[in-house]
Amino acid sequence: MIHVDYLDRRNSIASVPTVCMHCDDPTCAEVCPADAIKKNEDGVVQSSLKPRCIACSNCVLACPFGVPKMMVEFEQMMKCDMCYDRTSAGKRPMCATVCPSQALAYVPPDRMARERREKPVNVFHFGNQEVTTKVFVMAPAESAAIHVDVVNYMWEESL
Amino acid sequence: MKPSDPSGHDSLWREEVSFRTADEQYVARRQFGTFLVLTSLGMFVGNLWILAKSWFFQQPLYPLRPVARAGDIAPGAVKLFQYPGEHDPCILVRLGSGEYVAYSQKCTHLSCAVYYEKGRDRLECPCHEGYFSVRTGAVLQGPPPRPLPRVRLESRGDQLIATGITLNPEEI
Repeated sequence: MIHVDYLDRRNSIASVPTVCMHCDDPTCAEVCPADAIKKNEDGVVQSSLKPRCIACSNCVLACPFGVPKMMVEFEQMMKCDMCYDRTSAGKRPMCATVCPSQALAYVPPDRMARERREKPVNVFHFGNQEVTTKVFVMAPAESAAIHVDVVNYMWEESL
Repeated sequence: MKPSDPSGHDSLWREEVSFRTADEQYVARRQFGTFLVLTSLGMFVGNLWILAKSWFFQQPLYPLRPVARAGDIAPGAVKLFQYPGEHDPCILVRLGSGEYVAYSQKCTHLSCAVYYEKGRDRLECPCHEGYFSVRTGAVLQGPPPRPLPRVRLESRGDQLIATGITLNPEEI
């Protein structure tokens, strides 16, 4: 599922895709009471399984990156699954194929580190929770981990 | 006791409900088939054993035990005794005609002790008002599902000897 957020809807048409980071220990799957979110052998965290999902929104609230979306009309959580239908067949995810500036790119992190000035980082700190992910984020070269102060990003603060 | 950290990596729930597809355990068709075959085999063998047991041990052997002397009990009086084991209470009744009958004292409903009601000439269970005929042990009224087991009696000289138990007195 493609999940696009508007950054500042009132003043700008700028949008940002929220791709799943595919955590090593996905919080969404850990809090799921119905065991509906599975991480498969490729390390890709899948959307909820339709027969199991009870639409409780635990994952929506728990994910530190805000990735899962509750699709009320389906009574099911859906999220970015790295376009598993495409990537499992050797194609790139849809977002990476259409991104004109390659802000989203589907390449191995070591190759990315060689080609760009920034450093790919996959360690995030949310307070005391350390999250390591399959997806990397480009960060300044000297940074080892990305510290996220969630309160600073809350929408009430930005108004 | 220190409570275990719910997010700890050694927690039991992580092991039992893993979010990894690779850790999911399904019962394979072959496993299920094996279970079915072995279970049916076990039940078949068990039934064979029950069949063999009922063939080779058809008559349970009851001991002979003197219950009372013939003149001890007046007509209309009762005597309690244990037969065939120490914990199987039975009741011996001398009917008004002088004939002796004996039954297990356990009501067939919920094993309350039945007693002889002389005025109405029947065995009564006080728990749920189950009444039995004193002549045959048959249920006259109430919840008991079966007649009382009857103790077979034999008179040798002046001794009354219990020789066995008949589960359905109406067959006598």
